[in-house]
Amino acid sequence: MKAPVISSWFGRGQVAAPPDIKSAALRSDRFRLEREGDWRRLEDILARMERGGLRRIADADLIAMPALYRTAASSLSVARETSLDAATLGYLEALVQRAWFQVYGPRQGFIRWFRSFIFGGWSRAVRSLWLDICIALFVMVAGTVVGWLLVARDEAWYYRLFPAGVGEARVPGASREQLLATLATENSADGLSAFAAQLFGNNSAVCILAFALGFAFGIPSLLLLVHNMALLGALLWLFAGQGLVVELAAWLSVHGTTELFGILLSGAAGLHIGRTMAFPGKLPVLDAAAAAGRRSAVVMVGVVIMMIIAALLEAFPRQLVEGTSGRFVIGGTMLAFWLTYFILYRPRIAGDAAGAGAA
Amino acid sequence: MNKAAAAIKPDKRARTLITPEGLALPLTLASRGARAGALIIDMVIIVIGLIAFQWVMQALFEGVMEGIGFDPQQRLPGSAEFLVIISVLIGFAAWYGYFLVQELGPRGATLGKRLVGIRIAARGGGRLTPEAVIARNLLRDIEVFYPLIALLILIGLSSQGEDVGALGFVLTGWLLLFLLFPFFNRDCLRAGDIVAGTWVVERPRTRLAAVLSTQGAATAEGASEVTGVRYDFGEAELSIYGERELQTLERLLRDSQPDALKAVHATICRKIGWDPGAGDERAFLEAFYGQLRSRLEADMRFGKRKADKFS
Repeated sequence: MKAPVISSWFGRGQVAAPPDIKSAALRSDRFRLEREGDWRRLEDILARMERGGLRRIADADLIAMPALYRTAASSLSVARETSLDAATLGYLEALVQRAWFQVYGPRQGFIRWFRSFIFGGWSRAVRSLWLDICIALFVMVAGTVVGWLLVARDEAWYYRLFPAGVGEARVPGASREQLLATLATENSADGLSAFAAQLFGNNSAVCILAFALGFAFGIPSLLLLVHNMALLGALLWLFAGQGLVVELAAWLSVHGTTELFGILLSGAAGLHIGRTMAFPGKLPVLDAAAAAGRRSAVVMVGVVIMMIIAALLEAFPRQLVEGTSGRFVIGGTMLAFWLTYFILYRPRIAGDAAGAGAA
Repeated sequence: MNKAAAAIKPDKRARTLITPEGLALPLTLASRGARAGALIIDMVIIVIGLIAFQWVMQALFEGVMEGIGFDPQQRLPGSAEFLVIISVLIGFAAWYGYFLVQELGPRGATLGKRLVGIRIAARGGGRLTPEAVIARNLLRDIEVFYPLIALLILIGLSSQGEDVGALGFVLTGWLLLFLLFPFFNRDCLRAGDIVAGTWVVERPRTRLAAVLSTQGAATAEGASEVTGVRYDFGEAELSIYGERELQTLERLLRDSQPDALKAVHATICRKIGWDPGAGDERAFLEAFYGQLRSRLEADMRFGKRKADKFS
C-alpha cells in the first residue's frame, strides 16, 4: 500500500529549478537532466487532463502531448539500460503509465458515446444478439402458455401467482363488468406522472436483474422470463373466461409492446453472457465473457430507455385513451417503430466510433 | 516493512502491460482491501447524498401538503407530484450515474477509488470503452446491492415475528459467493470485471526526486564538508556490491535518517575493510554511492550487470 495520496493534493507546482547539467558527475544523470523539462511538461499536461476539461489545455499542449508521451516512453527504455537511479526509473514508469491511460484511454465521453449509441450502436448491438433474442422469445411464449395451462387446470394457481389484495377485482369468478372496469380510463391525468416514475423504477430494476443474472449461465434469466410471462398467461386466461381477450390485449399493448420488448431484450442480453460463458468458442472463457458483456451492456442501456418510454405510455395513454382500436394503434405503432429501428435501421459505421459490434 | 514481505508481496500483484510502442510497463493490481475500502467510501457518499436529498424533498413535500390542508379527498397537487418524480429519477440517476460518469472520466475512478489511489483499466492493455464501464456497474447490483437490500428487508420481517424460512440462508450464500469472488481468481476480479473485461489497478503517483549526483560528496570533485577530504574508492572496494545494494543505499540517502546512515556506514566500512570513523557518514555514503553507481553504469553500457552482492 502506498500512503501519500493526500499529500499530492497540496503543494502542487513548487518545482525547484533543476541543477546545472554540467555539474552532474554521472552520464545517466546528465541524460536525465537534459530531458527533465519535457517530462515535467508532460506531467503538468496530464494533471490538467485528469482534472477534467480538455478546454483548459492550450492547443499547443494538446498537440505536443503524444510526442511528449513517446519521448517519455523512449526515455524510459533508454534509462532502463543505462541508469541505476531507482527514483528516476520509478518516476518514469509512473509517468508513462499515466500518459498511456490518457493517450489510449476512453476516446469519447459519455455524450459522444451516447450519440453514436442512438444513431446505430444500439440497433447493431440488438441485431448481434439475434439468436439469444429468438431463444428468449420462445421462452416467453412458452411461459405464457404455461401460465395459462396452470391456471386453467387449477384455479388455486391464480392466487399463487397473484397474491390477491383486498379489493382486487381481477380474481377468478369476477363478472364481465368488474373486469371491464379494471381496463377503464382515469378521468384526469392527476397523479399519473408519479405513477409513471414508480413504474419506471420497478421495471428497469427487473430488467437489470434479468440481465445481471445471466452471469449464472443464463438460467436464472430464463426463469425470470418464465415467471413474468406466466403472470401474463394467467391474466389472459382470466379475461378469456369472460370473452375479453381482445380488450385486454389492447389495454396491454399500449405499453406492453415496448415493455415486453424491453424485457425480451434484457433476458436475451443475460442469456447472451451465460451462453457465451458456457460455450466460449475459440476464445478463452474470460475474453469471450468480456466481449459478450460489452455487447449486452449496450443493449441494456437501450432497455432502460425503453422502460422510460414504456412507463410514460403506461401512465398516460393507457389510462387516458379509451377504445380498443385507439389502444391497438398506439401499441402497434410502437412495435412497428421498434422493429424498424432494430432491424431496418443500419447506418454506416462512422470512423471508429463503432461501439457495439467491434468488441 | 521487512525484507521478505517486500520481496514477495508486490510480485503476486505485479502485472506487465505492453504498450503499442512495445514498452513493458509494470502494473500493480489493487489489493482487495483497497477495493473494499473504495466501495465503502462510495456507498457512504451516495447514501448520505441521497438521504440529504430526500430530507430536502420531504421538507418541500410537507410544505406542499400543508398548502392543501391535508385534505384526504383532494388528489396530489401537481407540485407534490413533480417532487415525487424528481426524487425517483434523481435516485436512479445517482445510483447508476455516480459510478458511470466518474469511471468514464479521464481518471477512470470514482471518488472512493481516487481516495485509496486505484483506478479501473481494460484487462490486457486494451482501450477502456464505455460499454465495459456500463457492464461492470450493472453487475454490481446483483453482486452486492440486491442481496443486501433483500437481507435487510428479511431481517426487518423476521424481527416482526414473520417466518422467512430458508430464504435468509440463500441470500447470505449469494452475497458471500459474490463478495468472496475476488479471492478465487488470480487477478482479484469480481463478477462485473469478468463480464466487462476490466481490472482495477493501483494509480502510481511518484514525484521526480532530486538528482543525487549533483549534490554533496557524490559530485565528481566532491569532498566532505566536514573534513574537506575526498573519499576515493578503489577497484576492490567497488566490486563488492551490486545494483540491489546501490538502490537500497539510494533510498537511504533520500530518506536521510541519521541512525540508518550510521548503521549502513559501519556495515560498508566493515565489508570493505576500512576503519569506520564517526561524524562524516553522509559524505562517505554519498561518495560511495556516486562512485559505485558510476562503475556499475559503466559496466552496464558494456552489457555487464551485477544484480546484487551475491552475483
